[in-house]
Amino acid sequence: MTVIEILDIGLAVLVLGVAAWTIAARELFAAAVGYVAYGLLLSLVWVRLFALDVALTEAAIGSGVTGVLLITAAMRLRGTDPPQASEQLRPMVRVAAATLCIAIAGVLAAGVLMMADPGPTLAPDVARHLGETGLGNPVTAVLMAFRAFDTMLEKVVLILAVIGVWSLAADDAWGSVAGPRPLAHHQGPLTFFAQLLPPVGIVVAVHIAWVGANEPGGAFQGGALLAAMAMIVLMARVVQAPAVDRRWLRVVLVAGPAMFLLIGMIGFAVAAGFLAYPDGIAKPLILFIEAFMVLSIAAVLPLLVIGPPNRPQAGPP
Amino acid sequence: MSAADVFTVVAVSAGAFFFLAGSVGLLRFPDSLTRLHALTKADNLGLGLVVLGLLPQASGLLGGLKLLGVWVLVQLSSATAAQVIAQALGRRRPPP
Repeated sequence: MTVIEILDIGLAVLVLGVAAWTIAARELFAAAVGYVAYGLLLSLVWVRLFALDVALTEAAIGSGVTGVLLITAAMRLRGTDPPQASEQLRPMVRVAAATLCIAIAGVLAAGVLMMADPGPTLAPDVARHLGETGLGNPVTAVLMAFRAFDTMLEKVVLILAVIGVWSLAADDAWGSVAGPRPLAHHQGPLTFFAQLLPPVGIVVAVHIAWVGANEPGGAFQGGALLAAMAMIVLMARVVQAPAVDRRWLRVVLVAGPAMFLLIGMIGFAVAAGFLAYPDGIAKPLILFIEAFMVLSIAAVLPLLVIGPPNRPQAGPP
Repeated sequence: MSAADVFTVVAVSAGAFFFLAGSVGLLRFPDSLTRLHALTKADNLGLGLVVLGLLPQASGLLGGLKLLGVWVLVQLSSATAAQVIAQALGRRRPPP
């Protein structure tokens, strides 16, 4: 056994161990922290599988943004009463849920283990047609050209999630802002951090979104980084989130899917059909759509984290 | 094995040792502030030595600069996180 194999096995054992610990952890906050560690380890696994795009996304979304969401939720629940006995699941329901989870995991494991060797793959087709898109990164080509419909719907789902969060707002808070109030006097290390990091982060985010055409990266990873910068300045209470009824905010939210849909529709007129790109200008069109998607993702994720608008407006409505 | 490779092995091993020491400190130290101290020391020295050791292996000037950039960013975020956690501890338990 080589050193690399030993490290791989160690990594796999670590992932399984952290996963089991996260499920077994009794305290909500500890489980959320375990989930973040699990996501980071998982992104290392993706690196070892040479799936750098997936690794970047897992680290940014799976571990980073989802981690912040879960920790925020755990902190909000901390002040509330523990669930009453009547609210807890009955043992039968627990056993049924565990059985279902084990069955699904078992079927998935069997599916992976019994896969034909070599497994069914569309990779050669992607490699053959990669040149037609003008892109160098096959993952971006799949996401933005070959499976563009799925990617567009994913962005629509993100907007639906924001609508879901916003619909939890109290009536008198609707139209106001969400998240913590900005500090009157800026001081301390967190403020310094929130003022120093965003310029660097924005440059890195744009770079990652831009190189996604040819190398690992892309709209989702770049957008997630931008979103992280927005979250830092919001959490450090340097700036206030925009009120949810701002028109520019709504426009930014829908910009990505809207531009995707618009260019997809134009495909009927000038190319083979819906979401088809005309020959020769596929790459600029894809980068154009991705630029809007970066904006939408950068707006959606912080809005999900800061939650529904929570400040009753002054004066009569 | 060239001199650069030897340097890499020595520096990265030393860095790994500091991470190990930091982890031991995290598990063994009695209270939150000393545990924080152990962790941040390990981050600073451990990552610094790992990056220093990897510099001779970097692919050109740009690769080296990226490594240094990673080091600076992690320094910045771990120092900030340590300060913020320490502040939160101070708020929860005022000094006697």
